[in-house]
Amino acid sequence: MLTFFAYAIVLLGLNLLFGYAGLLSFGHALFIGLGAYTAAFLTTRFGVWHMEAILLVAIAVAVLVAAPVGALCVRYVKIYFGMLTLAFGMLFYSFLLKFYHLTGGDEGMRVLRPYLLGFDLSETPKIQFLIGPYYYYSLTILAVATLVMWRIVRSPFGLCLKSVRENPVKAESLGISVTRCRWYAFLISAAYASVGGALLGPTIGQVDPGLVYWTQSGNLVFMALLGGFAHFFGPMLGAFVFIFLQDAIMTVVPYWRLIFGIILAGLVIFAPGGLMGLIGGRARLWGEKAIGAGTR
Amino acid sequence: MSNALNILLSGVFHAAILFLVAAGLQLVFGVQRIFNLACGSFYALGAYVGVSAARAAVAAGVPQELFILALVLAGLALAVVGPLVEWLLRFVYERDETFQLLLTFAIVLMFEDIMRMIWGTSPFSTGGLYLVYGRVTVLGVTVPVYNLIVIAASLLIALLMGYVLVRTRFGRIVRATAENREMSEALGVNMRAIYVKVFTLGTVLGTLGGALVIPATAAMSEMGIELIVEAFAVVVIGGLGSMRGAFVGALVVGVLRAVAISTYPELEMLLIYLIVIGVLVLRPRGLFGGVAA
Repeated sequence: MLTFFAYAIVLLGLNLLFGYAGLLSFGHALFIGLGAYTAAFLTTRFGVWHMEAILLVAIAVAVLVAAPVGALCVRYVKIYFGMLTLAFGMLFYSFLLKFYHLTGGDEGMRVLRPYLLGFDLSETPKIQFLIGPYYYYSLTILAVATLVMWRIVRSPFGLCLKSVRENPVKAESLGISVTRCRWYAFLISAAYASVGGALLGPTIGQVDPGLVYWTQSGNLVFMALLGGFAHFFGPMLGAFVFIFLQDAIMTVVPYWRLIFGIILAGLVIFAPGGLMGLIGGRARLWGEKAIGAGTR
Repeated sequence: MSNALNILLSGVFHAAILFLVAAGLQLVFGVQRIFNLACGSFYALGAYVGVSAARAAVAAGVPQELFILALVLAGLALAVVGPLVEWLLRFVYERDETFQLLLTFAIVLMFEDIMRMIWGTSPFSTGGLYLVYGRVTVLGVTVPVYNLIVIAASLLIALLMGYVLVRTRFGRIVRATAENREMSEALGVNMRAIYVKVFTLGTVLGTLGGALVIPATAAMSEMGIELIVEAFAVVVIGGLGSMRGAFVGALVVGVLRAVAISTYPELEMLLIYLIVIGVLVLRPRGLFGGVAA
């Protein structure tokens, strides 16, 4: 469940960018990596133990990195946006991999157990810690993140984003700064991914560059599509199904990619609305619009 | 001097392979407007089948010197994969490019595990066949003759592609399609047939690249997803959809990579991605941007 909480937060952010702003990022794992490595650095190098501090720093780092990266990326849409984010993601990946003395290279870094709300829980056995305090802690963070995102998409800003997605020219002529809107969305989604990454750190106890590889970003988009990115809760559902299905398949056969590839192909071809789209309702609306948008 | 030449030669060898894969990517993107992530998988597939074919040929008593024929035949035979994948992609031609990209990603996932199922997870190589042709010493640098053969083969393929695209009827139709799909269709071009042919050609370029590289390294299931990001760098630097771009981009990436590895290994891919980002930001169309050929 813990992995799910972390990824659910990431997906909330990704959905703002992909579902609401219509920008497909193929390098979003970059920000998960930033968050996770922030947790690793703070606990092992700087002796910062408070999880709250770690989360705040993770957000700050993500925003600091996302500001210039986003400013460059949001000037482009569609395939060029995807390519640019992919390039930045791989840039960070090769940095993590090659600067061995700083990041531990492909062995990664350990994430030590942080204090939660000021309590030192280092005496608690690992399993007890993860299913006990840390579980509820992550759940709370997820709940808060969901509420905040819910407010964001229902705010005037959320409406702006949607109008930008549907018709950027019209939105611009109505006085919305299209680029700035997309940039804000990029920053927010980066912060969400970073928080998710920071939560993921103590769960797995070890971070490595594999977290940032481009296939990871692909999997994130897969999760969003699986649940249905037209819907607020769709991507979270997607993350849930993805993670549990992956676990379930891996206990039987090691070939989860083959099965997931077939599922993804099936989804793309037959149910672009995702699971939420299959369940029906409003989700259909923009799912079908996205298909119609293929006529360039 | 000899050191520089050594670096240059190994860079050009890598570039020769990269060019083949990137050319396949460009061709498909230029005509079908699909950024085919799966071309890395074709490359890996070519490598695995190439090793199997070379081993089988040698075991069957074919003289060792002819193993390269087995590799080329394996690469060409894998053309059968092209129409199959193209059939799958046919469902999404009219859709948003997001879906097209995701479908090719799904194909990448599937291929990776299929290769794992067939050939296992441990590296798989042709053993000593690499040095069957011996080495030559040029200006104080010793290079395996095989590397030179591959570079020559890649150049030959590049020239052949150029000839086909510019001089033949098929090439003219392909370029017209890339330029304006509706118009060529209105003029009586059978789009479906062209798509199948172009995609198959793109596939063969990838599988051939994989088959030719394999004596120099070992086949691994991750090689496809690793190569696709390099090929991606090549096409971005060269410009999406342009053949000349693929050629120049492959040289840039191949040589830079070799230089970085020998001088400052930490910078290896970092440098290439920095250039990619620079090109995307300053000149998103790439050095030779525009439509195909």
